[in-house]
Amino acid sequence: MSQTLDSISLHQLVEISAIASSAIAPKLSEMGLTKGQKIKAIFKAPFGDPIAYEINGNIISMRKEEAMQVEVQMA
Amino acid sequence: MKIALLGNPNTGKSTVFNMLTGLRQQVGNFPGVTVDKKQGSIKTPNHTQQLIDFPGAYSIFARSLDEQVVQDVLTNKEHTDFPDAVIYVADAANLERNLLFFSQLYDLGFPILLVLNMWDRAQRKGLRIDIEKLQQQFPAATIVTANARVAIGKDRILQALDQLQNGDRTPFFDLDLTTLQTDSTQTDNTNARLDKLRNIGLVQNAPTTPVNSSTRLDRILTHRIYGYLIFTAVLLVIFQFIFSFASIPMDFIDGQFVRLSAWGAANLPEGLLSKLITQGLIPGIGGVFVFVPQIAILFFFIALLEESGYLSRVVFIMDRIMRPFGLNGKSVVPLLSSVACAIPGIMSARTISDWKERLITILVAPFMSCSARIPVYTLLISLVIPKTYIGSILNLQGLVLFGLYALGILFALGTAFLLRLIVKSGKPGFHLMELPEYKAPRFYNVGIAVYEKVKIFIFDAGKIIVAISVLLWALASYGPSSRETKLNELKVSASYTKASPSQQQELENSLLLSQSYIGHFGKWMEPAIAPLGYDWKIGIALLSSFAAREVFVGSLATIYAVGDDTDNNKRLVQKLRDEKNESGQVVYSLATGASLLVFYVFAMQCMATLAVVKRETNSWKWPLIQLAFMGIIAYLSAFVVYQVLL
Repeated sequence: MSQTLDSISLHQLVEISAIASSAIAPKLSEMGLTKGQKIKAIFKAPFGDPIAYEINGNIISMRKEEAMQVEVQMA
Repeated sequence: MKIALLGNPNTGKSTVFNMLTGLRQQVGNFPGVTVDKKQGSIKTPNHTQQLIDFPGAYSIFARSLDEQVVQDVLTNKEHTDFPDAVIYVADAANLERNLLFFSQLYDLGFPILLVLNMWDRAQRKGLRIDIEKLQQQFPAATIVTANARVAIGKDRILQALDQLQNGDRTPFFDLDLTTLQTDSTQTDNTNARLDKLRNIGLVQNAPTTPVNSSTRLDRILTHRIYGYLIFTAVLLVIFQFIFSFASIPMDFIDGQFVRLSAWGAANLPEGLLSKLITQGLIPGIGGVFVFVPQIAILFFFIALLEESGYLSRVVFIMDRIMRPFGLNGKSVVPLLSSVACAIPGIMSARTISDWKERLITILVAPFMSCSARIPVYTLLISLVIPKTYIGSILNLQGLVLFGLYALGILFALGTAFLLRLIVKSGKPGFHLMELPEYKAPRFYNVGIAVYEKVKIFIFDAGKIIVAISVLLWALASYGPSSRETKLNELKVSASYTKASPSQQQELENSLLLSQSYIGHFGKWMEPAIAPLGYDWKIGIALLSSFAAREVFVGSLATIYAVGDDTDNNKRLVQKLRDEKNESGQVVYSLATGASLLVFYVFAMQCMATLAVVKRETNSWKWPLIQLAFMGIIAYLSAFVVYQVLL
């Protein structure tokens, strides 16, 4: 079952399966979000947005609408 | 030779820059945009070269103002800042992602030095980096390790700069980058590059989780209750310093300039030039330097918060709240600092990388009630708002003061919301950012940041401030020839001859101001301000307080001949209360007072802010638009308040 990154629950390790084409797609790649990489949400801002993710030992903060561009599946 | 210093954000790039150049650096803008360009000369064993510090970027494909500058300069050989060589700073503890931008620069053909910075941190994390393999993949690059935080690697970098290899090379990833225009071709290229970089097998024992202390601290600092409480506490400390403690050096600076003026007046030969210097120029320059303590203090704290990594957490928790207003989490610090003073506040908007969001923040920041409004608010409130209590606890005067601050905030956010719909923007703003690991701040970097902001303010905005204040001084100190006749008439009048010498002086000053060019202008514009409940005397005070809002009080004191110092505040209030117009009604009625209060909440009565907006937006267009829309809002709301209360 595939989901987008904004809807996964905290501390659940997932694998990136695709990134939707948009103006922000190159930036997501540059931050290390590419197909096959493991990622998990580690904490959320108040109101649940933005969300902080951990990938390759880095913490990346993303708005929900940005995380929605990233398709993931259970790792 | 020009050398560009490039790298991702949070790689210690500015620490490397400070290490290499020390205090031999100049700050300016890249041509046509307000993005910091720091330059400094460095001495390699064989040459002296210019080092240019570029804003941090993740790749050559720009999505923010900062990155656009990097892209524009590096892809245009004709650009004045186009470098002959590149120093690329990479975070060794985070190598593969950092090498993406490096590989792009390598393929663009620059002679390039790769600095693997934070080498100690990578080793502490147990990373094993295969430099030989890296060198095999990038044979034309020179690679050194460094640890700039403790000044290790300076000599290695300088020596290596003399041995850079020229541009000819087999590309790492053979594609002409400059032809990639669309989102998807750029994404594909980036993905392929990253895959290739990852498959080299450069790093062993790569971390899979962030440092534990970072995440534990983050749970508290971004908590929905503690997060805001801690941020509020941090702000309170900063405000305490800017509001209260800054007044000590400010008074000192003010006093020194007053002394200098007095000394000049006593020692310079009398004449127009001497007056220009002692009454126009010296106070004008003093009016620039008086802002230095507030700027220095604010940027000391901002640099501290930025260096430690906390500032990005503030952005993280404030982003959702600011977004509906067209602002960004990063707008919080500029806006809240503007409560102390809009000048450092607007200067701090430079951290916002999206141009539209930065511009909106700059345009609405002066609505926040700054400390210069306090003397105006205090005078007018004590004049027209009765000292009564509501429900025996709430002091009405205090409530009104609170209301004025709230009104400012409300209009700042409301205007931001409207501007969001009006201001055009090239690319959509985004939030996507790194939350760097917490680090102990480096005070050397903090010191340099403060020094630079102060320097920029004094030399760039200072010129405009001095020019306008000299102009205002001239208009207030000189008048048409009829002034002399009026003065002679005064000197023979009964009220004058009976007065004590100090009262005589006050009467003369009052007459000289009301007969000056500004005085005439005030009278001339009386019909325009009469609907707001103001007479020509208030008109004069409005005009002269364009120098700075608090001048309003001093001007009224001069006009009403009560001497211009704070001890006379009570006398001034009494005098204003007694003031009647031709038909015998009090001038400073509740309606007029409230109308003035509202006017000062909204009007851009501050030439120094205007000068700073000019510097930060790189044109007169935005400060003039700002002056206009703030003036219109001030005029209309003062009109409504006066007419309703009348």
